This record gives sequence, C-alpha cells and structure tokens, in this order.
Amino acid sequence: MNTPSHNQSGVSVQVRGLRKSFGRLEVLKGLDFDVQPGEVFVLMGPSGSGKSVLLKHIIGLEIPDEGEILINGESIQSPDVMDKYRMAMVFQSGALLSSLTVGENVGLYLSEHRLAPPADIERTVAEKLEVVGLKGTAGKMPSELSGGMKKRVAIARALITEPQLILYDEPTSELDPVSAVTIAEEILKLHQRTGVTSLVVSHDRELAFGVADRLAVMYDGRLLAVGAPEAIRASEDPIVRDFLNAGLNRKRPAA
Amino acid sequence: MFQNIGEMVILLWRSLLSLPLAWRQRRKVADQFFEIGNASLLMVCILSFFIGGVIALQTGPVLVERGLASAVGGVVGISICKELAPVMMSILIAGRIGSAMAAEIGSMRVYQEIDALRTMNINPVHYLVLPRLTAIAVALPLLVVFSILVGWLGGAVVSMANDRIDVAFPTFFTNLRDIVQIKDVANGVFKSFIFAWIIGVVSCHQGLVTIGGPRGIGRSVTKAVVNSIVLIVTADYILTRVLLQ
Repeated sequence: MNTPSHNQSGVSVQVRGLRKSFGRLEVLKGLDFDVQPGEVFVLMGPSGSGKSVLLKHIIGLEIPDEGEILINGESIQSPDVMDKYRMAMVFQSGALLSSLTVGENVGLYLSEHRLAPPADIERTVAEKLEVVGLKGTAGKMPSELSGGMKKRVAIARALITEPQLILYDEPTSELDPVSAVTIAEEILKLHQRTGVTSLVVSHDRELAFGVADRLAVMYDGRLLAVGAPEAIRASEDPIVRDFLNAGLNRKRPAA
Repeated sequence: MFQNIGEMVILLWRSLLSLPLAWRQRRKVADQFFEIGNASLLMVCILSFFIGGVIALQTGPVLVERGLASAVGGVVGISICKELAPVMMSILIAGRIGSAMAAEIGSMRVYQEIDALRTMNINPVHYLVLPRLTAIAVALPLLVVFSILVGWLGGAVVSMANDRIDVAFPTFFTNLRDIVQIKDVANGVFKSFIFAWIIGVVSCHQGLVTIGGPRGIGRSVTKAVVNSIVLIVTADYILTRVLLQ
C-alpha cells in the first residue's frame, strides 16, 4: 500500500471496447474514450444510460464482459493496480459507514492501512473536514447530517487518500442549488490544488458545463458525443440536443 | 443452491486465511464479542434453566417409577451437555446474532458502504467478516459452557421441588458427576464451536450477497436464520455420529 504523498499527479484513464450485460440487459454497448491526466471529464446522460455502471468498472467494482480499462496504461484488473494508484469515489448516496462517526469515516483509509498514528489521523481528518467546510463535525454520526453535508464528508473521505483519480457519481443530485454550487466549487478547488484527474457523472447541466474540461454524452450504453463543452453545445445529434435543451412548456405540458 | 455453498466455502477459506489478522481487528472483535454476550446472556440463562427443568420433568418420574431415581442427575446432565445446550444455544444465537449479522452487512451492501470500503482498498472479509467470525467462535462455546451449568441447575431444582421426582440436590449432582465425564462436556463445546462457524459464515455470506432494498435485507435475514438452523441440525447429526466412534 502506497503512503499518501503530497507530490501527486493525475492519472490517465483509457476505456477500450467496454461491454457489460446484466442477464439479458446489455448496459454498456462497446465504449471507447480517454481521459487525460489532470482533466475534469464529465459524463452526462439520462437516467439508466449506464453512467454509474461505467464508473463502477473504472474503479474496479465491476468486471467487464468485454473490453478493458487502463489506468496509466495498466489494466484495472491487475492485482496491484489499486495499490499502485490512489483512486477514490464519491458515491451518489455518500455511502458513509453509518456505524462510524464522521471523523472515523474520513480517517478510515489511514487507520485501516495504518498509514499514520492516531493523533496524526485526527489532525488530518480535522484539516480535511475544514477544507470541505465541515469544521467541528468529526464527532457527529452520519445520520445527524443533511444530504449536502454527507456528500461533503464523502469528498473529505476521498481527499484523505490524496487521490490521483477521483470519481464523482451524481455529486449534486438531491441537493438544493446553494449546496450544489458548493459541491461544484469543491470539485474545482480540489482539481486546481492537486491536479487530480476527475471523472464526474451527472445530469446536472449547470454543474457539467461549469466544471468540465471535456464532456461526453451517454445514451443507452453508448457514447453519442465527446468533446469540449462548446463542441457538445454545438452538437447536431438530436438526442444530445434534446438532453441539453430539455425544458417544460407550461402552455403545452404534454407536447 | 450449489453456487451458494461454493461461495460460502470460499468465504470460509478466505476467513481462515485472514485469521492471523484477527489481532489487528481486536477492537472490532471485542465489540462483537460484547454484543453477542450482552445480548444473549439473559436469554441463555432463562432458556437453559427451563430446558434442564423440562428434561428433569420428562425423564424423572419415569426413572423414579422404575426405581432409578439415582440416575436422574446423569440423564439430565448428559442430555444437556452433549446435545441440548449446544444445539439449542446455537439455534438461539442463529436467531439473535446471525440475523443481526446478515441485516447489518446486508444493509451495508445495499447502501454501497461495502463498495466504499473496496474503493478504499479495504477488504470487506478482513473488515466485516473476520471480527464477527472470531467473536462468535469464541463467544458461542463460552455461552454453551454457561448454558450447561445453568441447565444442570434447572434440572436439579426441578428434581428436588417436584413431588414425583423428589431427588435431593446432593444426590442429583453426585449421580451427575458419576455419569458425566469431562469429555462429554468437551464434546458439546466442540460441537458449538463448529456451529458458531456455520452461523457466522452463513449469515455473513447472506449479508454480502444481499440485493435490492429493505425487502432484500429482510430476505437475507430470513435465509441466514433458516439456512443456519438447517445446517446446524445436519452438522449435529454428522458430528454426533463421528464423535460416538
């Protein structure tokens, strides 16, 4: 296990011919794309398009039926790749361990891998919680926190690993606009401070265009468009245009 | 079914391989140990006392009618230590602790907490399964020793208090000491040690394979308890057969 170091740099991610089915349902239908080191790459798409399943493949939680995922050129399925590169994921629900306090959750990586003595872990936890604006919450239980606070704790937990690749699964879902902006700022601040490669899955258009270096739009297990935000905005693909311009017509709601 | 058995064997194997790490997880082992003991001790006492009493009630009058009053202590003693204490306590622990294990791990699985552990490169077997297995493998045999003693006491009290039996306390225990040997007690404790592994592996496995929401957790809990009881009774027959030789 590598000790977190302050001298970190983002890793590259290559997805090659990725296919995955659950029973008869094919969720990923041959995905190919690259994420450059230190890039903020946002994956957009409607619910059920396979975005979260793709993230789980990238962090090694799912095994593809076909294709591969390379982290700095090494397959994520290689036994030592998780030890070699520091990767973290911020789950949609936060996925904080409900039986541990906020502080124990944030410091879990360091304490379980015995990377620092307890006093140092406590200090580092306090620092990371301060970074996400949750100073003084270390002793609270996750059940005492709001949805936005849980997501910020999850970001603090990811930060403590000093990751080279960080995956965010719907980081602003279920949040009020102010909390959503706070989370978007956290993503950008972390990226600017550490140069971490960030892969964000979201259908929040404001967040996506606000933080992305490049964007991809996913639909029904396929990538419809990949490119800079301006290129995606200018896309002629009707599904991409529908997704980006979706809005409610009050006069003709059924139209 | 065969897939489940295969997965449980693999989980058992991985847990055995990770046993040297149990010391590192000693805090969690101690927490689980306290949970098992604290949650079950009173129930163990009540259950064991009345099991001892019922065995005395069932066998005592029949033995007394045939002039075998002096054998009551031995019959009650050997039934409790070789069979009733290990099996009944294991079933009790499967219901009380096995269900809690399956529910806790199952909800962690459903709410992606186990995925979160894996992304932090923390092995769920080391973090979740090992402390629970170690704790139950120590706690259940100790509870069974306790249960045997309380069961004997229950049998002795009923034998003394019931007019149709009327065997004095010292007579009961003298006869028990003549018939029950240390190896009989060891036999029951050994069985409970094996049952503890069965409960731990079955319940943790059910938790780890939980899918769906609250309904999935409920299904896992039911399966953990039912499968544990079926396997305990099956293993009891096999172990009894082997240990009789």
